[in-house]
Amino acid sequence: MEMELIQGNEAAVRGAINAGCNFFAGYPITPSSEIAHGMAELLPKFGGVFIQMEDEIASISAVIGASMAGAVAMTATSGPGFSLMQEGMGYAAITESPVVIFNVMRAGPSTGIPTAPSQGDAMQARYGSHGDYPIVVLAPASVKDMYYLTVEAFKIAFRFSTPVIVLSDEIVGHMRESVALPPLGEIESYEKRAKNLIDGRRRHRTGLVHTENGLPTTDLEEYEKLLRLLFAKFDDFRPMVRFEGEEGVLFVAYGSSYRLAKSSAKLLAEKGVSAGILKLESLFPFPEDAVRRYSKKADLVVVPEMNAGQVVKEVERVCCCRVKGVSYFGSLILPEKLVEIVEGEL
Amino acid sequence: MPREVNIRIAGTGGQGVIKAGLVLAEAFALEGKNVVQTQSYGPEARGGASRADIIVSDDEIDFPGLRRVDYLLVLHDSAYRKYYPQVDGETHVIYDSSLVNARRGLGFPFTETSIREFGTPLFANMIAIGALTAMLGLQPEKVEVVIQKRMRKAEENVKAFRIGFEMGRRVTKPKVVSHVVKPYILS
Repeated sequence: MEMELIQGNEAAVRGAINAGCNFFAGYPITPSSEIAHGMAELLPKFGGVFIQMEDEIASISAVIGASMAGAVAMTATSGPGFSLMQEGMGYAAITESPVVIFNVMRAGPSTGIPTAPSQGDAMQARYGSHGDYPIVVLAPASVKDMYYLTVEAFKIAFRFSTPVIVLSDEIVGHMRESVALPPLGEIESYEKRAKNLIDGRRRHRTGLVHTENGLPTTDLEEYEKLLRLLFAKFDDFRPMVRFEGEEGVLFVAYGSSYRLAKSSAKLLAEKGVSAGILKLESLFPFPEDAVRRYSKKADLVVVPEMNAGQVVKEVERVCCCRVKGVSYFGSLILPEKLVEIVEGEL
Repeated sequence: MPREVNIRIAGTGGQGVIKAGLVLAEAFALEGKNVVQTQSYGPEARGGASRADIIVSDDEIDFPGLRRVDYLLVLHDSAYRKYYPQVDGETHVIYDSSLVNARRGLGFPFTETSIREFGTPLFANMIAIGALTAMLGLQPEKVEVVIQKRMRKAEENVKAFRIGFEMGRRVTKPKVVSHVVKPYILS
């Protein structure tokens, strides 16, 4: 693998192609459009299908349909399109359709600032569709992550027969980094046959609550059983977290804010304050055990987020120590500024 | 070159600022450096000043934004007015003396040279990248490889780059104001 300069969204495209993706339906939207552009260019060359749909509702529907027909399918969007896709996401969750959904987050709500980054869709990614359902959300923090977490998203989608959201943001999607990635066309091998709860039986797919044979039911015992089984599938899910640094101040961070946290931890270390970073690569199912375990050794837990404070509430829920959320909007703050805030808390 | 260099290239729409940034960033990547490149997008890019930022480092780059500017290359007066206030005494300011009224820095007639040599201002960006390459101590061969790979009219662009590289090489101390030329107004 040789070094090259590649954009985050381009790395996601390569990751998808190398994960065997052969179907993309989407509607271009800043700052995710480069993913659609790349898939439009490359999918036909790899025997796949690219469709530009009339909107994001149609896009997610086409992706779920393709997935049910056996395709390795994905779509990519940003905030406004992600909102339109929510109903489809619930449908993908209850029908256990293995699909990958990219959300390259931009400043919201509504049309917001199309070119400004944000992490404002974190909880929407988890809870955006109505009803109870489990979902997997991955959060890339670099161009390298955009490649590897995309590949991982497809593997998880098939292993757990579930929709997987890759929650990126404008910074990670648009920036270019020097990186050594597997070349385009180096296809990953993994089991692409989804094993859902009605697998092996006569297949009927519905968004209605269904029994093991896939047919609708209003029986409340069956309803509870379905929900419990849907959630229980993720008992085997291994959270993807990485700890770096020292005990002391603990930054819990994901996406582009991880880069800010890491830089800030180094600045703190230079000032003689020991600090570490827990990087959440899988944001949901929320890595409760890991966050609890690492926070036990921490004097202070800091959660920097490009939103009004979302994942910090999950962190507060599982930590016993003091938790400080730091919010900023439309761009990262300088590490020097975050360090100043942290020092004010010590 | 120091362990980390922060470069901002700025100009106005149509001057090839983003392309210039990409070429330089990729050349550093080929040299084995860690590189992060970002740029202005959308309305910000269309409405006047546009910019490409490059961080080059021997170490892993954590924070992806510029925390200071070591080299500011400005190709247009509007960009100079927007970004000059953000520099400090340590920043090397390099500007297109054909188009920029600068108070401080090192001026080169990039646009005039492009018009003289190629009959169009289109190659001013590669002439500027040539000059910057010489000052940064980056291997010119690496940049030429990228130009050949990424750019249309590669032959002219390489020629433009070499002209700029010679301009830059003649200057050893970038902080000295070499010459200030009357601004050239594009018709």
